[in-house]
Amino acid sequence: MTQATGRRAQRGNTLWFWAFVGPFFLGLLVFGYLPIGWSLLLSFFEARNTVTPNVFVGFDNYVDMLRDPGFTDSLLTFTVFAAFVVPLTFVISLALALLVNQARVARAFFRSVFFLPAACSYVVAATVWKMSIFPGVHFGLANTMLGWFGASPVPWVASVEPPWYWLVLVTLRLWLQVGFYMILFLAALQRISPLLYEAAYVDGAVPGWQTFRHITFPQLRATSIAVMVLLLINAYQAFDEFYNVLSSARGYPTYARPPLIDLYYKALGQGQDFGHGSAGAIILTLLIAIVTIGQGKLLGFRRGGRD
Amino acid sequence: MAEQPVGYRHGPRAALIAALRYTALGVTAVVFLLPFYLVLRNGLSTQRDITSPGWEIFPSRPQWSNVTRLFDNPSVPMGSALMNSVVVSVLQTLGTLLLTALAGYGLARIPYRHANRVFVATVATLMVPTAVTFVPSFVLVSTLGWVSTLRGLIIPTLFSALAAFLFRQYFLGFPRELEEAARVDGLSYWGIFWRIVLPNSGSFVAAIGLITFIASWNGFLWPLVIAQDQSSWTVQIALSSYLNAQSPKIDLLFMGAAISILPLVLLFVFLQRYIVQGVEQSGING
Repeated sequence: MTQATGRRAQRGNTLWFWAFVGPFFLGLLVFGYLPIGWSLLLSFFEARNTVTPNVFVGFDNYVDMLRDPGFTDSLLTFTVFAAFVVPLTFVISLALALLVNQARVARAFFRSVFFLPAACSYVVAATVWKMSIFPGVHFGLANTMLGWFGASPVPWVASVEPPWYWLVLVTLRLWLQVGFYMILFLAALQRISPLLYEAAYVDGAVPGWQTFRHITFPQLRATSIAVMVLLLINAYQAFDEFYNVLSSARGYPTYARPPLIDLYYKALGQGQDFGHGSAGAIILTLLIAIVTIGQGKLLGFRRGGRD
Repeated sequence: MAEQPVGYRHGPRAALIAALRYTALGVTAVVFLLPFYLVLRNGLSTQRDITSPGWEIFPSRPQWSNVTRLFDNPSVPMGSALMNSVVVSVLQTLGTLLLTALAGYGLARIPYRHANRVFVATVATLMVPTAVTFVPSFVLVSTLGWVSTLRGLIIPTLFSALAAFLFRQYFLGFPRELEEAARVDGLSYWGIFWRIVLPNSGSFVAAIGLITFIASWNGFLWPLVIAQDQSSWTVQIALSSYLNAQSPKIDLLFMGAAISILPLVLLFVFLQRYIVQGVEQSGING
């Protein structure tokens, strides 16, 4: 495009730029930056039931949160959750992508079926999981299947020893999110040039695990990293399924509280403790940033494929 | 694309592997469709159909009356919740598309000294997760007096940095020749955007629109925080409150779930290929 130069044109461009970008950016400042800054500010104050506090407490809120067993438990909960969800989603979505990619019949059908759960909300999925597949009573799907093997029904969601609710939560999230990551892998698989495989076959390679390990997987490096990062960040934001599966008429149990649930009840529940809630949120953000960067370094974020 | 390269083996072993593949695909497909089937089946059953040990694949007498019973049930404001969800999701989708497409185009095409700084400032907010902002966002919204209003549900969510980013990346790859031809014809940036660029970006807009609509319709945490008054509940909040109630009627619960996913499933079936296209065209794997 012939660039408009000269001062008059530049002023015109400035106006045009802000005509296009202005409304969005203004909203981002008001509803994005303002809350972030405010939260940072609040974290350094004593702020219960007030958003304009005046008692400066420095890093006390941060120290309190790091010492708070509810908060540290929530970090543990998140770690366990991520430890299950991230690798499982990765493996399953990659496996499905490979299967779908190599299917010559009804490929679009299978792709759509695996992607379809993305249209389902966490609330609906929680309803199905909690009331139909994994209810504690005998008529649930899982307990019915247990019955075929002669085992007695298990109260899946309420059981703490052993913590069967993890099975419920993890399978729920897997079902909901595997399709999306499969789509990412599919797009990446389709970019791999068939010439790579042809050259390998000429050299005597066997299609299957060998080609996967030496050609396919290395070519998926950039996507794999993107997937891992996204998975981790999403696992950290877990709220909906925990809230809906574990809550009951008696409220939310004390165990299995991921960070967002813990913060939700601290800041907006009975507590209304905005100071500590904000400090906790900032701590979590820093943790996530550290882990993401660490993960990136570990997997060679910036370096090109050395294989 | 799935052309089998030279050297691929044929014969009985390959056929066996293919059979295994399709079996795996078929079984997995059934497992994936199972929850949808359960929602439909249970939604059309009576309470007894669901809990009885004699388990029918499909209720012999589908209880369409569950629909009216659900809407008449006072503890689930299904009618108003659906209405709210429709209004919120439609407005949020249209609003977000408008704002972020304009912003994305401006960032991609209009030469401005500080454009890059604005872009970086936009993308930087993506690094900050919801947890940090939902508390002060709530405080901001309540200070504005928007709690339990549709405004409070919609407006704060319109400024999606992700959508703006994706649009910008997309417009960067838009064929300049079309825009230059329009410029020669005397169109301004505004004219080019509305008459040339946007009409030729249908599938990408559809993809972003679908993603936004789904996120809005299925959104839970924000409506939970903001819609405190029952009259402003969205369908997800209404379902959730019924799910966690003392003793919900399971058949109505599932009928509610079925009604709530129906619009999305329909939209998804017709529009999901645009998301797939969008992902394939984007640089996320590059």
